[in-house]
Amino acid sequence: MKERLTAIYHTIGLPRLIIAGFLLLLLIIASGTELSVAGLLSDALVRIGQNGIYVLAMVPSIQAGVGLNFGLPVGVICGIVGALVAMEFNLIGFTGLLTALLLAIPLAVGAGFLYALLLNRVAGQEMMVGTYVGFSVVAGMCIFWLLAPFRNPAMIWPVGGVGLRTTLTLADTFGGTLNDFLQFEIFGLTVPTGLLLFYALIVTLVWLFFKTKAGVALEVVGRNPRFAAASGLSLTKYRTLGIIMSTVLAAIGYVTYAQSFGFVQLYNGPLMTAFPAVAGVLIGGASTREAKVSHAILGVILFQTLLTVAMPVTNQLIEGNISEIARVIVSNGMILYALTRATGGEQA
Amino acid sequence: MSVPVLEMRGISKAFFGTQVLKDVNLTVERGQIHCLVGENGAGKSTLMNILFGMPVITNTGGYEGDLFINGEKKSFDSPRAAIETGIGMVHQEFMLLPGFTVTENIKLNRELTKANPFSAIFGEKLETLNRAQMAKDARTALDRLGMTIDEWAPVAGLPVGYLQFVEIAREIDKENLQLLVLDEPTAVLTESEAEQFLEVIKRLAQSGISILFITHRLDEVMAVADRITILKDGELVSTGPKEEYTISQIAELMVGRKVDTASRRTRTRQPSDEVVLQIRGLRVNMPGETLRGIDLDVRKGEILGLGGLAGHGKVGLANGIMGLYPSQGQVLYEGRELPLNNTQAALKAGLAFVSEDRRGVGLVLEDTIANNIVLTSMQSQDRFLKPGFLKLKDEKKILEHAREFIDKFDIRCTGPDQIVRRLSGGNQQKVCLARAFTQQPKLLFVSEPTRGIDVGAKSRVLELIVELNEMGVTVVFTSSELAELRSIADRIAIVYEGRLAGFLPPDAPDVAFGLLMAGKSLEEVAAR
Amino acid sequence: MNQIKRLISRNAVPILFGVVCLVGVYFAKMPGQFILMEIVKRMARNSFLVLSLIIPVAAGMGLNFGIVLGALAGQIALILATHWEWGGIGGLLATALLATPLAVLFGYLAGILLNKAKGREMITGMVMGFFANGVYQFIFLFLVGTVIPFDNPKLRISTSPGLRNTIDLYRLKGALDGIWEVRYGFTKFPMVTFIVIAVLALAIWAFFRTKLGQEFRAVGQDRHIAAVAGINVDRNRKLAIIFSTVLAAWGQLIFLQNIGTLNTYNSHEQVGTFAIAALLIGGATVTKATIAQALMGTFLFHLLFVVSPTAGQAIFGSAQVGEYFRVFVAYGIIAISLALHAWQTRTAAKASMEEDVSA
Repeated sequence: MKERLTAIYHTIGLPRLIIAGFLLLLLIIASGTELSVAGLLSDALVRIGQNGIYVLAMVPSIQAGVGLNFGLPVGVICGIVGALVAMEFNLIGFTGLLTALLLAIPLAVGAGFLYALLLNRVAGQEMMVGTYVGFSVVAGMCIFWLLAPFRNPAMIWPVGGVGLRTTLTLADTFGGTLNDFLQFEIFGLTVPTGLLLFYALIVTLVWLFFKTKAGVALEVVGRNPRFAAASGLSLTKYRTLGIIMSTVLAAIGYVTYAQSFGFVQLYNGPLMTAFPAVAGVLIGGASTREAKVSHAILGVILFQTLLTVAMPVTNQLIEGNISEIARVIVSNGMILYALTRATGGEQA
Repeated sequence: MSVPVLEMRGISKAFFGTQVLKDVNLTVERGQIHCLVGENGAGKSTLMNILFGMPVITNTGGYEGDLFINGEKKSFDSPRAAIETGIGMVHQEFMLLPGFTVTENIKLNRELTKANPFSAIFGEKLETLNRAQMAKDARTALDRLGMTIDEWAPVAGLPVGYLQFVEIAREIDKENLQLLVLDEPTAVLTESEAEQFLEVIKRLAQSGISILFITHRLDEVMAVADRITILKDGELVSTGPKEEYTISQIAELMVGRKVDTASRRTRTRQPSDEVVLQIRGLRVNMPGETLRGIDLDVRKGEILGLGGLAGHGKVGLANGIMGLYPSQGQVLYEGRELPLNNTQAALKAGLAFVSEDRRGVGLVLEDTIANNIVLTSMQSQDRFLKPGFLKLKDEKKILEHAREFIDKFDIRCTGPDQIVRRLSGGNQQKVCLARAFTQQPKLLFVSEPTRGIDVGAKSRVLELIVELNEMGVTVVFTSSELAELRSIADRIAIVYEGRLAGFLPPDAPDVAFGLLMAGKSLEEVAAR
Repeated sequence: MNQIKRLISRNAVPILFGVVCLVGVYFAKMPGQFILMEIVKRMARNSFLVLSLIIPVAAGMGLNFGIVLGALAGQIALILATHWEWGGIGGLLATALLATPLAVLFGYLAGILLNKAKGREMITGMVMGFFANGVYQFIFLFLVGTVIPFDNPKLRISTSPGLRNTIDLYRLKGALDGIWEVRYGFTKFPMVTFIVIAVLALAIWAFFRTKLGQEFRAVGQDRHIAAVAGINVDRNRKLAIIFSTVLAAWGQLIFLQNIGTLNTYNSHEQVGTFAIAALLIGGATVTKATIAQALMGTFLFHLLFVVSPTAGQAIFGSAQVGEYFRVFVAYGIIAISLALHAWQTRTAAKASMEEDVSA
């Protein structure tokens, strides 16, 4: 019996146990206060669907041996551009959503390809290079947003008339399209069905991919590049595929996030997008070298529920908006933990 | 009779149950050049690691036997301890910092310093380097070796041949140096550099430093040795003053082994004379196993053995043709040109490869047995996939196929879903072979298949190779174990220093093999 | 002629930046006096920080993105100093003395973490910085005033938790700069600050001529060879980070005494990015950084910083563009340097393999 418990303990891993335990604690505290647990969980469901695809985006990148994709902003920017075009033409509902996606995805394929060209040449330092490429792209786009040829008065600065505003509302276009679709209530819990269905759809597509010949090849390239080469697989090809997939998922993830959140945040908004996503997949049990779809799902559920529940509960105890800080501490703490674990074969 | 500088008595060492050294004795006198000879796997490196207190020994249970330095019993638990007792070692791989000058390398972690006001407060680590004095010492050491290199030259720009001397200078700069161990030092030197090197060694010995010189170049042994010791399979085979040996004798003692003629496979097929693989001028850049130009014909249906000492390039042949390491030259397979540096082309042409690096190249350790077996086939031959454009993997078929091989090869496991990492070496090797069989190749390269596996599995693996050959597959079998090659190969090619030394029939006398592996040509072999 | 070509290729980055700066200066059309004044001020307050990055580079730990830990140590000491109303140069020195053990502790912890992440020091340092920042904000934004009793009205607003967003350092402002200033037109040269910077530069130079400095350099080139030679690699790496963190703490103090106000939650945020960008612009790389590069880089980076908004206004009609441009430059130069470093390490490894074949 003791052996079984120890085995389970090792499979789940200490960090997840801590986080799950903490979450449970918070829920218990919450039920003791005047907060509605159902309300908290409703929020959690929304945040899970909202962030789920970002976390999922880490899986192809890790599996292909490129590591955690800190350059997620590259894909996010493509998503933003797609969303902005849909907004420029005042496209509403599913039309707006689909237009945004149809534009964002090819952009992300192109951007992902270029990004892969770079990453393939910097073996061993992908995480660092990715981070700063992501930062540079966001900073560069800041200039673009200022000079962009958008005309829709809802989007640009009222005085002066050139350049996009910092925060743009999606209420009049496609905000909430997925969330509201087939939404229902049960026991006080509001379920954003459309959002969760869409998330499930994307998850299924990714899961299916890893069962195809190409998906198998990609995993092999990540697990043992020398074996892969000896089996005639092109390392560059599959790493590029992994990065492109990751970038496309980031773009789709952005459109999903934006429609759920209700606002498009430009300028420095997308700067730190990668970090909670990285932390999310790590919390789910992934490492820098191995990540399954199940890790991504479990991770986003644990992490987002924790954050959703933590804020109001801690607000009862300590004044002030702690959720942002909590997110920073938990995300970065988790990433630190993963980075400082010994990996097989450290570089000399 | 003075006390010997070094005496090793009854040294034995086992690694996880495999006996690597058995009751070895070695004595080195003051000022003597003592050459240690033997095939790879004979135990030379292990013996030196014990002498030098390397962690690979201390972390695996230590050793048995005694060590005496100048008559005093000693035991080293770290390189530092050995260094402090006056033992210096020049390893095979270079231990020089390219960004430092010759002087800085010679004095690495032994720098001379002068006190300054800060060191008085904060400790001696902050003492200033006394570069002038360091350079003087370096100059002295270099002069002793007859080197004219500028002691201020950065190591990065020096030609490879000089690096060896800088390492030796570092050792002789250590004042208490009594015994200098050199591990295959001439491997990277040109002929003239090697000659110069031997002169230097002789001079050092004359000045009182004892030299323990590991080499396989028998000419060099005869040129400088005072005393020779031959190891084979972890045991002391022979030791004595140089005058008592000839090159042939050394060669024979190095490799001679009773070949179990009963274990010679009975062949039902005779290989044809048709050349199926024609290799011309093949050069392969595989670090440590470079090939510098090989011409070779492989006959259809044969088992061609490829032998030679470690590091001489035999392993590079298969790796080069299969496109794993950069190669140049020309290869014709079945009369058609086979593109080099192109693994896919080789696989599609019907070649398969079981790598010598079982865990690094031959397997995906974190994956299941079933996946490991079918992976290469799936990717290069589009098999084990469900019909349709999605190319989903056919899990059922994969498991079935794996079960077949688990039965046929008697792979000890909990099932096709077991992670390969958990299997024993022998069973892992069977998985590798299963993968090769699955590809249904026409020509199979197998390298070091029995390395590190137990005896029972060894013979099964060899049986499987012969079985495959009986089915018509041509086999190129690379191995460091001569006995293996002689037991199943039709003919054996020996590779020496990146080139083909010659062919021998499996029943040729031991001496012939020893000489070819030591660099003598076939004519010289015939003459003896 | 060849000499000149080599000089140019070896200093390509700072030269390129020099050109960009000249373009900016031209378009900005700012009076020379103003530029001089700004540059002097900025070099005085930033050079120390940039110099503190040199030691970890030499010890093979790459760019110390964790420099923010040192800055935090300095700031914490400064908060306390302001609370206790220390002033003048004496107060500043006392603050430095207070910050030091804190910086040593942070550096030590950072060193332990970095030793566990060999080969990934830079990303770990960066994440460490974010994490430390999060903890700092948690303590000073939430715990102070609530769980930790603290009631100084200069530092706190009694109705909301945590410290004020900006704290006036009126007693320590100019404590170092003001000791001896030489005027030239509108520009004030803070001589003592420059002397301090010069002393640091000298100390770094002298350090690399000591035994410990030599050990750092050995460890920086090849950990394995250094270990076989008997050098304690882990200990040296920790020491290198501790040195850098302490210097960063002092550097942040110099920075803040010049500015005169502490942005409690923001002052330290871009410390890492800007200091590292400056170092790289001077021509340093992940594996090699000299004093000259640090100083030249600080000069060029801040020159660009000063002229960007005005140049942006002139060229694009928007000062904002200029502001975003300089941030883009900072991130961009880091991304390029990191990529180049990784690419060069790979090509070098391949080249050394290739040369054997032609033998």
